[in-house]
Amino acid sequence: MSEVQDGPEQHEHEHHIVSPIIYVIILCALLVGTGLTVWASFIDLGPFNPIIALAIACTKAVLVVLFFMHVKYSSKLTKLTVGAGFFTFLVLIGMTLADYFTRAWGRW
Amino acid sequence: MSDSTAIAHGTAEAHHEHPPYQRHHFETIAQQNDATNFAMWLFLLTEIMFFGGLFTAYLIYRNWYYPAFVAASHQLDIFWGSLNTLLLITSSFTMAMGVWCAELRKKSGLVLCLVLTFILGLGFLGVKTVEYREKWEKHHIPGLHYSVSSFVDPASDPEVHDKYPKDQPLALDMARHTELYFFLYFAMTGMHAVHMIIGIAILAFMIAKAQAGAYTTGHVTFVENFGLYWHFVDIVWIFLFPLLYLISRH
Repeated sequence: MSEVQDGPEQHEHEHHIVSPIIYVIILCALLVGTGLTVWASFIDLGPFNPIIALAIACTKAVLVVLFFMHVKYSSKLTKLTVGAGFFTFLVLIGMTLADYFTRAWGRW
Repeated sequence: MSDSTAIAHGTAEAHHEHPPYQRHHFETIAQQNDATNFAMWLFLLTEIMFFGGLFTAYLIYRNWYYPAFVAASHQLDIFWGSLNTLLLITSSFTMAMGVWCAELRKKSGLVLCLVLTFILGLGFLGVKTVEYREKWEKHHIPGLHYSVSSFVDPASDPEVHDKYPKDQPLALDMARHTELYFFLYFAMTGMHAVHMIIGIAILAFMIAKAQAGAYTTGHVTFVENFGLYWHFVDIVWIFLFPLLYLISRH
């Protein structure tokens, strides 16, 4: 049975070696992102300060996951696992925060 | 699917040519790599959930005691935080380069990258020590070395006040809530630092093994999966830095 599955499919995800040029580009993007987030924190944008900081942090995290952690070049199983994991994570955090932020908890 | 075919298949497998690092319960080396990669990601996802709890607690308390959290976050030095971000991002880069060197079987390159990652990791912990030391001096460590009066009246300790003259006095209820900020600060950065210490210990082990030529024979799984761990620790810091240091600054 396993012989049948040992088709070309198995070799679809032939180990991909990411070129160092991509790593250098990602490093530069991460450094620029760090500079940007520090700079943005000194400007008073009211409620948008945390939103911008988190948006930049999420962008940096996505770059690290996709390129440094090779998810962009990984098997569909890995992509699905990582995607499902982060989705569950966001559901857990999002639902909890939605509850806390929309009730008068702790305001006594 | 009869037993006899399974046995025949198993015997055929035993004589099958494969690299020495391929475990016998895997059909191909690609399958082994996929399985270990998958397992590493499952582990990292549990880690993400674990840190997620701390991040959620931080966001809830920040929402409740907003002025106290703003005042407390002004106690952190953006310079040290930014420096640590640079160190950690660069160490992630050197680690990624290390994996690349292992894949191309460049032994000296791999050792160099691992040593650089090791040094940058130690640098990160060194900066963290400087920051924690300041918190100790100012009595800002909840449960161990904490004093509300250091916030209500910073001048009460003249020695510390001379060193940090910019600290403004806070109202008592606000000063008490800064304790929550610092509790979460130490829980989050402390847990992150524990992960760094574990990572640095594994790096030391890997440097010794790499010098003996362990990861440059085509079997890069260990270096690759450690790289995933190291990048994960980097990602945690990418979120800790803005949340703890930056978002209440302006």
